[in-house]
Order: sequence, then C-alpha cells, then structure tokens
Amino acid sequence: MVIRNTPFYVLSGGLAIVFLFPLAWAAIASVMATPGSAQVTGAGLGNYRALFSWQDGLPTYFMNSVIISCLTVLVTLGVSLPGGYAFAKFDFPLRNTIFLATLAILMVPVATMLIPLFVLLKVIGLQDSLIGLSLVLAMFQLPFATFMMRVSIEGVPKELEEAAKVDGCGTFGVLRKIILPAIQPGIVTVALFAFLAAWNDFITPLILISDSTKMPLALAITTMREQSIGVIDYGSLEAGVVVMAVPCLLLFFGLQGQYVRGFMSGALKG
Amino acid sequence: MAASSDWGGSSALRPTRWWQMRRRSQQLAGLAYVTPTVIFLAVFFLAPLALVVRMSASRWPLLGGDKGFNLPDNYNAIADSSLFGPAVVFTIEYTILATVLLIGMGLGLALLIQAGGKWRGFIRTAVLLPSAMGLASASLLFWGLYSNQVGPINPILQAMHLTSSPIQFLEEPLSALWWTTFLIVWRFAGFYMLILLVGLQSIPRDLYEAASIDGANRWETFRHITIPLLSRSLALSFILCITGSMLAFDQFYILTQGGPDNSTMTIVQLIYHYAFQSQNLGTAAATSVVLLAILLVLNAIQFFRLRGADEAK
Repeated sequence: MVIRNTPFYVLSGGLAIVFLFPLAWAAIASVMATPGSAQVTGAGLGNYRALFSWQDGLPTYFMNSVIISCLTVLVTLGVSLPGGYAFAKFDFPLRNTIFLATLAILMVPVATMLIPLFVLLKVIGLQDSLIGLSLVLAMFQLPFATFMMRVSIEGVPKELEEAAKVDGCGTFGVLRKIILPAIQPGIVTVALFAFLAAWNDFITPLILISDSTKMPLALAITTMREQSIGVIDYGSLEAGVVVMAVPCLLLFFGLQGQYVRGFMSGALKG
Repeated sequence: MAASSDWGGSSALRPTRWWQMRRRSQQLAGLAYVTPTVIFLAVFFLAPLALVVRMSASRWPLLGGDKGFNLPDNYNAIADSSLFGPAVVFTIEYTILATVLLIGMGLGLALLIQAGGKWRGFIRTAVLLPSAMGLASASLLFWGLYSNQVGPINPILQAMHLTSSPIQFLEEPLSALWWTTFLIVWRFAGFYMLILLVGLQSIPRDLYEAASIDGANRWETFRHITIPLLSRSLALSFILCITGSMLAFDQFYILTQGGPDNSTMTIVQLIYHYAFQSQNLGTAAATSVVLLAILLVLNAIQFFRLRGADEAK
C-alpha cells in the first residue's frame, strides 16, 4: 500500500509546490533587498514604504481600485436585480429579445468594445473618470449577473409572493420584502464576481484612463515598472503584487465555500 | 410606482376587464423594472457596437476624431500590414497550446482530487489559490519570477545542478510563448479543475461498479465512461478556454510587450498598438470588427458541436 501511494504523494507534493511557490516567492521578494530596491539590506518594509510614496501615492491608487470595484458592484446589482425580477416574474413586450440581447454581451469580445467606448465616453462627458470606467465594467458583468438574478428569483416560491400581495404589497414591496432576503446567496455571488472582475481588470482602465491620479492599482504598478529608468526596482514591484493580491486572497479564504459554489453553479449554468 | 397601484386588481370589476387591467399593469411593471437594463444595453452595448462598425469605415485619428468615410481603406491597411497575419497565426498557436495544456492539466487535477487521499483539500486549495489573483498581478509576479536580475528559478536549478546555463525565459520567441503559457496554466488550472470536477462528480457511481464487474481496466473505464459522460463539461471548458485565449492580452502586454521582434503579438495587442501607438482608431476599429467576426464563427462552430454532442446522447 505504501509503495502504491508513494507516487501519488510525490505528485501531489510536487503540484502543491509548483502552485504555491510563486506566491511565496512574491511575498518574500517584497520584503527583501534587491539591486535597485528601496530595501537596502536584509529584510524589512522598505519596499512597501517606497511604493507607498511613489508618485500619487499608494493610497490614491488603492482607493481608486476600491471606488471602481464598489461602484461596479452597485451598478451591476442596481441594474441586474430589477432586470432579473422583470425577466423572472413579468410578461412584457420584447421580453425574450431583451434577455437575449443581454446575454449577447458575452459573445462580443471586451477588446472589440473598448475602442468605440473610448470615443463614446468622451461624447457623454465621462472620459477619464472612475464613474465611466465602472459603468463599462458593470456592462461586462451584466450577462452573468442578470442570468444569476433571473434564475435565483425564479426559484423563489410563488406562495410567498402571493401571501405578501394579500398583505397589500405592491410589486416593489414583494421585491424588497420577499425576494431580496430569499436570494441573498445569488446576490453575494454576483457582487463577489463583479468586485473581483473590477479589481483585477487591466485592459479596460489601460484604454479608458490616462489621468495618472485616477489609475487603479494594476495599471499604476504596471506604469511604475515602465517608468523605472536603469535598474528595475523588483522589490517595490512585488510589494505592489502583494498589495493587489491580498484583498483577493482574503476574499477567497473568507468566502471559499461561496466562491467555489458560485464558480460551480456559474460553470454549470453558464 | 404607478404601475403597481392596481396590483391585485379589484374584484368588483367584471372578470375579463379585471384580467385585462391586471395584464396591463403586469406589463407596465415589467417594463419599468427592465428599463435600467434597456438603457444600459442601448448606451454601453448597442451604441458602441454600431460605432465600431462606423469607425472601421472611417478615417479616425486618435486625436482629431471622425475625418469621414473611407471604406475599405482601414480593412486594406490591416490586410497589407506586416503585423496582422503573424498576429493571427501567433494567437491561434497560443490558443491551441494553452487549450491543450489547460484542459489536460485541469482534467488531470480533477481526477487526482476525485481519487481522494489525505491531501485532497490542501491540493485543491493550493491549485485554486492563483485563480483568486488578477491576471495582471499574476503577470507582474511572473515578470519578476522570470527576470535575470532577481528571478529565483535559475539560481535554484543551478544549485541543484539541474542546468548548466541559465534558462532565458522571455528572450527568445519560442521560450517566451512557453513560459507565458506556463503562467496561464498556473493561473487558470484551478478554474478548469473545478468545472471538470463538477462534471466528474455528476457521473453516477454505479456505472463504475458495473464497468468493474464487466472486467474493464482503468483505461477502458476512463475512455468509455468518464470521457463520454464528461463531454458537456469538457465542451464548456473548450469554449471558455478557446474564447479566452483568442482574446489574450494582459499576460503578453506585461511579460513580453509583444516581443521579441513582435513575435508574441496577439490580435488584441495589435488593436491596442493601432489605437495608441499608431494613433489610428479607424484601423483599430477595423481590427476589432475582424476579431468579432472570428469569434462569432468560432462560437457558432462550438455551439453547434455542443448541440450535436447533446443530441448524440
């Protein structure tokens, strides 16, 4: 038995090392001294301090990322929740056409949309703004979010609604008092996906944002690398990677069950 | 909300009137709730879609805006460009490589975890952890990991006497492609493992028992039970992986910047290049339209294959 299991453990151990090593290295490199880094000798927080005060300062970029991600979540939910409610519970003209048009966003590559959106945002006065960027990011989330909301709301038992209607609730009352509490897991999944997608998106701000004070983290760190002259400061770069990754990893560990289940249901239905 | 005022109706009215009014109020309420979606679709989806087609038929410099209709100059410019053909070929090469490796790896990992063992939860978490990270930050991480200046891989390999000369990760076209794909496998393997694991777990146990009673060996079981019953999950993985890889951008933009010598330039990078380096939004829009056409064809093919697979069941 031991002999039969040995290759299994070697394989598993090897895989775990391959997948965890880069993360561990980034964490270590971010506190170590390298040629050109702010941390001159040994280990310490010098790289983080350098990153903290680089150009507009880490807090600015961090806050930009937070604002963009939160706005994207709010807009995504604000549009997909009533939208999903309409598709799930009401009959109206063009219902299926509008639903299919929403799903059709999935068929069009993000890159195809960004060049015209770059021009369009200028026309409506939202160029180079966090709001414009968030609206675009929310649009990319709309197919998945609307689908999730529709499926979740369809699953709410009709009896609950009827009871609320008897108690004199209007359609909005039903949405607020009955449906909203019943579809909490769906809302968390949609919010989590929207948050992570907005936090991690790179090409959208790269094309839509040129004002350096409005850059989210990923764009700012990449710009920092491009602007370094001579020796590249890998220490601060990896510190930036850690700052970007930590919120994602915290969300992952905090919501691992939800995350995995959300992934699974998304994978099954998507 | 006005539409909800006669929600539930009034039983004093005659039944047909009551139903008509109820239906009308239902329709109005539905339309009211779907309005934000419709506005969003119109402004951020349909308008840009129409605009990209319009732009692809116009001279449209980055600074200066619309300079009038010039069809088919932008499309001719793409066809004549020395970058477009190689970018399409490279994107397809990368897509094949990434798809084969990612789905192979995802399937292998799913089977490994399905087989169980003490470390199952630990392995699953380790493999999934990179999936929580953004692709741009993962690319920046690997840019450091692959660098000659601070990268740890060559020193480790040399200390273990595994290599005599250091690996040049991103300096040559072929190794740049391989090591960028390695990053992608690292980042996405967990995602495909999850999709395939869900598929594996939905295969009824008794089918395996029946196969073992019939004396099927491991390979036969895998070939005749696991693979056919996994076809839906596999098809989904293929669609996601092929579409995602055809749109590759972040990893090449950050790791190779399309180099060396434009050898790792993908189609989406080319769009960016036309728009912001050549400052020609018209050509960038035309490339976007071509990319959209390629993906629609690819998705249509895969959709019909998926439907075919479903009907064959």
